[in-house]
Amino acid sequence: MTNRSWFLPTTATLGFVFLYAPILSLVVFSFNANRLVTVWSGFSVQAYVDLWNDRQLISAALLSVQIAAVAASIAVVLGTLCAVALVRFRRFRGRTILQAAVSAPLVMPDVITGLALLLLFVAMQSLIGWPPGRGVLTIVIAHATFCTAYVTVVVQSRLGDLDMSLEEAAMDLGANPVRVFFDITLPIIAPALVSGWLLAFTLSLDDLVIASFVSGPGSSTLPMVIFSKIRLGVAPEVNALATIIIGLVALGVVAATILQLRRPKRGAA
Amino acid sequence: MSPEARFAAAPIGIVRRALAAVGLSGRGLVIFAPFAWMSLFFLVPLLVVFGISLATKQFGQPPYSDLLTTKDGTVQLTLHLSNYIRVFTDDLYRSAFLSSVRIAGISTVFAILIGYPMAYAIARAPDRWRNILLMLVILPFWTSFLLRVYALSGFLRGEGVINNLLGMFGIGQLTMMQTDFAVYVGIVYSYLPFFILPLYTSLVKLDPSLHEASADLGSRPWQTFLSVTLPLSMPGVIAGAMLVFIPAIGEFVIPSLLGGPGTQMIGRILWDEFFSKTNWPRASALAVTLLVIVVIPIMLMQRAQNAVVEGRR
Repeated sequence: MTNRSWFLPTTATLGFVFLYAPILSLVVFSFNANRLVTVWSGFSVQAYVDLWNDRQLISAALLSVQIAAVAASIAVVLGTLCAVALVRFRRFRGRTILQAAVSAPLVMPDVITGLALLLLFVAMQSLIGWPPGRGVLTIVIAHATFCTAYVTVVVQSRLGDLDMSLEEAAMDLGANPVRVFFDITLPIIAPALVSGWLLAFTLSLDDLVIASFVSGPGSSTLPMVIFSKIRLGVAPEVNALATIIIGLVALGVVAATILQLRRPKRGAA
Repeated sequence: MSPEARFAAAPIGIVRRALAAVGLSGRGLVIFAPFAWMSLFFLVPLLVVFGISLATKQFGQPPYSDLLTTKDGTVQLTLHLSNYIRVFTDDLYRSAFLSSVRIAGISTVFAILIGYPMAYAIARAPDRWRNILLMLVILPFWTSFLLRVYALSGFLRGEGVINNLLGMFGIGQLTMMQTDFAVYVGIVYSYLPFFILPLYTSLVKLDPSLHEASADLGSRPWQTFLSVTLPLSMPGVIAGAMLVFIPAIGEFVIPSLLGGPGTQMIGRILWDEFFSKTNWPRASALAVTLLVIVVIPIMLMQRAQNAVVEGRR
């Protein structure tokens, strides 16, 4: 065992350094006085001032947050229904198709999903006149669709672990299935719905490729604006924005982990 | 039943009876909503792509020829195979497909070599460490993918962090940006958590008594690893590897931001075909071909994932 006792911790540490060093350097250099970003020349919050004054970035960020919130909410409803159907209803017509339709988006290359949806929207518009052009609505539909797949996976695993005897007891006591779902199942799987919503929100906020295909003039999302800025090289205001986003995410994930670590202890006491 | 609950349940009953009258049960409704949405916005679009890949580029709105035309009262179906012929014969497309598969494959191997020891270390870590380490693996996944690739570019750049460090030791500059190497690093960096998580799931449920038995029978640790741990964790390795390999083949962001002009991956070619050349049918034919290429690894992944899940129960 002497061999492995140093090998594993060393490689694991190097792996974590690899994962975190670029992010940390991005955060550090967001406080750099030099616009070259990677050459340190003193502390400054100029990048944050630039970010505050960048109307294009700010308005794109607000638009993206709105799109992500709506898309995530739709995805939570559809994903939960989908998970209930797949976990609780053992056999029904179209089960295989539904299973495929919610697992394929997880690995489908973005360029295919984006192109396919755009072509659908164009074809639908010329056939039935809806959706009227491309913009926020088509981005929301596109995001809700691939996010549904992710929410389904999250809720599915929670439902699969659920003790069915609670639901059966409620049914035996005469509650109808709808009431059982809202009174028993939903409160138990609520944490999965929350993490599903957050996951969907994050994925929507992050999507560049699909949004680029299905957006129209005047509906540039945050990743689209960021991409056009960093394509030309370094952009200090993007560093500042990244630092804010990373800070918020880190806070959220750490808080969620602490909550999760506490729960089993309380249950045992 | 409380009065409020009865009040709330009344409309549900009415709705249910109304739906039953038209032949829809509550159960049917639960299935119908996601089924209809995912069919319309995921499955049908794939058929539309296939249809348009059989059209030709045309000036106008939309910029492709109609498949169905009416002439003298008869409906004519016109299918063009020219896009596929070009995709399979043109060197640009052929080499883009080949290099996409090659780059995704090499990156996946690196992800396995780096990710396996990490997953194993986490699975073997003491309980209170395990959750923190897992959180550290998941955390980057919650931050923006685009911003992480950007962070990496600041690291690899000519005047970037690594070259500054090398400069301090008097070592000359390395050109890393705009090379295939940068793309490998980018893919491993972005997709490593996807490899580690399924592998961790299959490693953590391995019965430790298997190791003890193997050690009692005189195996050295590396023998135990090769003959017990590795084979048993294979479903996790395959599921994780496919989660890196499949999205990497069609990757657009990483080759555009980190790769050079010579890094021609298919996601980028498809993007240019659509946005720069506005050749929608050609882009569709590329998408269909890419889809056929990723179907095999998707099926492999599905089988491996089922094995991981079944092993847990």
